[in-house]
Amino acid sequence: MVVLAGVSVIVFGLVHLVPGDPVRLALGTRFSQDTYDALRERSGLDQPLVTQFFDWLGRALSGDLGVSFRSGDTVTSLIAERLPATLTLAFASILVALVIAVPLGTISALRPRSIIDRFATLISQFGISVPEFWMAIVLILVFAGTLGWLPSGGYVPLSEDPLGWLERLVMPAVVTGVVSGSVITRFVRSSVLEALGADHVRTARAKGLPERQVFTWHVLRNALLPLVTVTGVQLAYLLSGVVVVEIVFSWPGLGQLALQSVQARDYPVLQGAILLFAIVFLVINLVVDLLYTAIDPRIRR
Amino acid sequence: MSGQPVLEVEDLRVRLRTPRGPADVVNGLSYTVGAGETVAVVGESGSGKSVSVLALLGLLPSGVATVTGSARLQGEDLLTMRPDRLRQVRGPGAGMVFQDPMTSLNPVLTIGRQVVEGIRAHSDLDKAAARRRAAELLAEVGLPDPEGTLDRYPHELSGGMRQRVIIAIALSNSPALLIADEATTALDVTVQAQIIDLVEKLQAERGTGVIWITHDLGVVAGIADRVLVMYGGRCVEDGTVDDVLENPVHPYTRGLLGALPDLAQPAVDGVVPDLATVPGVPPAPTDLPKGCVFWPRCPVRGDARCETEQPPLTVIGSADVVLPHRAATWCTERTFGAESPGVGRTFGAESPEGGLR
Amino acid sequence: MTAPPEPAAVSLKPARPRWRETLGLLARNPTAAVSAVLLLAIVLIAVFDETLAPQGPNEISVGDRLQSPSWAHPFGTDDLGRDILSRVILGAGVSLRVGFLAVGIALVIGTVIGLLAGFYGRWVDDVLMRIMDMLFAFPAVLLAIAVLAVRGAGSGNTALAIGIVYIPVFARVTRASVLGVREEVYVRASRSVGASDLRLLTRHVLPNAAPPIIVQTSISLAFAVLAEAALSFLGLGTQPPNPSWGLMLAEGRGFIDLAWWLAFFPGMAIFLTVLCFNLLGDGLRDVLDPKQRTLMAGGGR
Repeated sequence: MVVLAGVSVIVFGLVHLVPGDPVRLALGTRFSQDTYDALRERSGLDQPLVTQFFDWLGRALSGDLGVSFRSGDTVTSLIAERLPATLTLAFASILVALVIAVPLGTISALRPRSIIDRFATLISQFGISVPEFWMAIVLILVFAGTLGWLPSGGYVPLSEDPLGWLERLVMPAVVTGVVSGSVITRFVRSSVLEALGADHVRTARAKGLPERQVFTWHVLRNALLPLVTVTGVQLAYLLSGVVVVEIVFSWPGLGQLALQSVQARDYPVLQGAILLFAIVFLVINLVVDLLYTAIDPRIRR
Repeated sequence: MSGQPVLEVEDLRVRLRTPRGPADVVNGLSYTVGAGETVAVVGESGSGKSVSVLALLGLLPSGVATVTGSARLQGEDLLTMRPDRLRQVRGPGAGMVFQDPMTSLNPVLTIGRQVVEGIRAHSDLDKAAARRRAAELLAEVGLPDPEGTLDRYPHELSGGMRQRVIIAIALSNSPALLIADEATTALDVTVQAQIIDLVEKLQAERGTGVIWITHDLGVVAGIADRVLVMYGGRCVEDGTVDDVLENPVHPYTRGLLGALPDLAQPAVDGVVPDLATVPGVPPAPTDLPKGCVFWPRCPVRGDARCETEQPPLTVIGSADVVLPHRAATWCTERTFGAESPGVGRTFGAESPEGGLR
Repeated sequence: MTAPPEPAAVSLKPARPRWRETLGLLARNPTAAVSAVLLLAIVLIAVFDETLAPQGPNEISVGDRLQSPSWAHPFGTDDLGRDILSRVILGAGVSLRVGFLAVGIALVIGTVIGLLAGFYGRWVDDVLMRIMDMLFAFPAVLLAIAVLAVRGAGSGNTALAIGIVYIPVFARVTRASVLGVREEVYVRASRSVGASDLRLLTRHVLPNAAPPIIVQTSISLAFAVLAEAALSFLGLGTQPPNPSWGLMLAEGRGFIDLAWWLAFFPGMAIFLTVLCFNLLGDGLRDVLDPKQRTLMAGGGR
């Protein structure tokens, strides 16, 4: 809660530090003083900063994030419009990431220092180090250009064209999924390795449990805890941080919206987007905490 | 007490692969455990005690450990057994209790689950029946409210209670052999005594053979029939508990006994006398001395061969008894008493007429 | 009584990270050693860029537009006939300068905050770390974008933006590490003989808390280079006509069907540099921080 309050102050403050007069920008070069004053008043920019803040906060709490300087649409509607695309991409990416990371990380942990482990470690280092926009460009070149299998970008809703939806989703989801998956692979490897070395695994073996059962219930079950945390962090990142990939694939998500609003000095939209991202981050943290209590009895009360 | 032994270990050797090169952690250990008999394996940490029993049940990380020799549990060699068969033996053949009750149970599973899965791995009982059996076991190891305990998690129990749970798990398939690896070390003294009483009681009821690994000689005196003193991965002295504790021969055993506060004479005014300890540290298993393993720390060194030649385990006194008293040292009683006046101080509790009989 | 001798902590003080030993261990780790050598090469290229580059970065030669790689132009030329190799070489300087500056900012501020929070605990810790949490709640890329929106685009501001993003990462790592050494015998011993806080912090706490911070520095350099490229790619970082790798990628993106080398070589340069920093960080972690206290890939990814 304290964090959220702080975040909203920072969001508000940040945007108001931006040089340049948004009203002037919105009106273009030719306008009368009256129009200027009218718009200024309508946007509340003539009020003192503190008043503006509480005004904004009050409205934000009731779901009104203001009106875009550029288009005149409400910020809430702009965000709502972009939300499906962002959610689609984020969840598709985390799916790709987990499908890569869980098997790869587990296999490496089971055979530490083997060829397969070294290979997986190197691959995940590649995945962490590759600039995602570069990977995106290369994929477009190969699959949209040379091979012509997939469209190079864009987004259509699932309800309109399921196949087109999937075709356009594949490349961005793979790009972000590979990057997140590489990070998660490393976590899975180290947490499985740690779980394997735990004393209780030895107890389980000494009981004469089948190896499979030992692995499922005494190793994987315990390695799940750190996996939940890192998946949460990655999901938060995917929901907010994939601006660059959205741009390359012309994916109409929130990152793109945020970038456009920066370029256009569209305060209310930028405020809304950043506030939303911060809330998403906090909500995901909360969900991770809840999941933790569900899977770790030590935290339960 | 005797009869067909439950476990016969012969020339057990364990070599571990470590970053600093191969480590010979156990070097030719041989002993037997009879039904209903308790063998205490004594030694400092790093003497190879734990590794020697983990190796029996194949609980050392494969790929790191090389185990040779033989270990016949009820006639079947554990070391050459197929992994599948070994799994069946763990539990009904041999149960194991570990040192740290805080970490030996899985923190995220209920006690009930952890007891039940051990039972069900070796029987056809359905879940409900296995659960009833689990509750009986918990009652047997003296846990109050066994039914309620089944649904609790390890962190909700005290260390002593957890160790009782682990004992219940180890006994759940009525093993012929129970291995307790420093089972009471992490517990406080009163709980220690309770756990020892519990194991003795269960052992008497079931006729289980017990290997009790400890560095606590007080425990040995209370529980063991036989004692095996380990140092540097070797057995340096073994025999009946009376022979070894009352007439120790090996300088190391004598040192350990000197390190034992005399419980028969409680300290005046509650002041605990300083513990005499064996100075120095055990040799690194990657770099064992050429001669007697104890030589670098030995205060006696009464023989020219100490430094160069490994002393064999030889019978001391009569060889005609069921359990001969053996020790691996070049020292004889007379030489070290006379030539090293310092020994008496270092090895405090020396009986005036101790030694060879 | 005579003055007490120097704190009898000499023997109590644990070995500080010894450079010779560390380097020796690193040299035995082939991946880390190769990365270190490659990084040294990249730094040297960046230092001697003007001498090494076959052409000036902005030498336009209309006759040589969009030449594919050849002996004259090993990496080809761009749409204005500029030599890509020369631009990649000169881009190294831009990327590394921004990276080092950004990590420098984060390192200094973050370490000081972490030191104070970890050493003094209580309310100092609460207040400082709560602020760090707020900063951490912002998506890294967006926070950087927002900073750039306030300060305007450009290399210096990019470094500042990335630096701000990474302050909480260093603060957290330092704090965790300080908590680990604060109660060590040598710190308490020095405190008991009346060493001042400043002396304690600089002579005892910091040197012993340093290993994870060093590891974090290497990993953060990787992400700073990546972030600089991403921001320049979005047009917010380094401005044309300066040859930044991210910017070159953005410019090359439009010609991806016609001339793949425009985007390929700068991307490869980013990838290699980032990979080397990451691998070096991994090697350093194995040697310096076996307990793995560093945040793996914190922040940006």
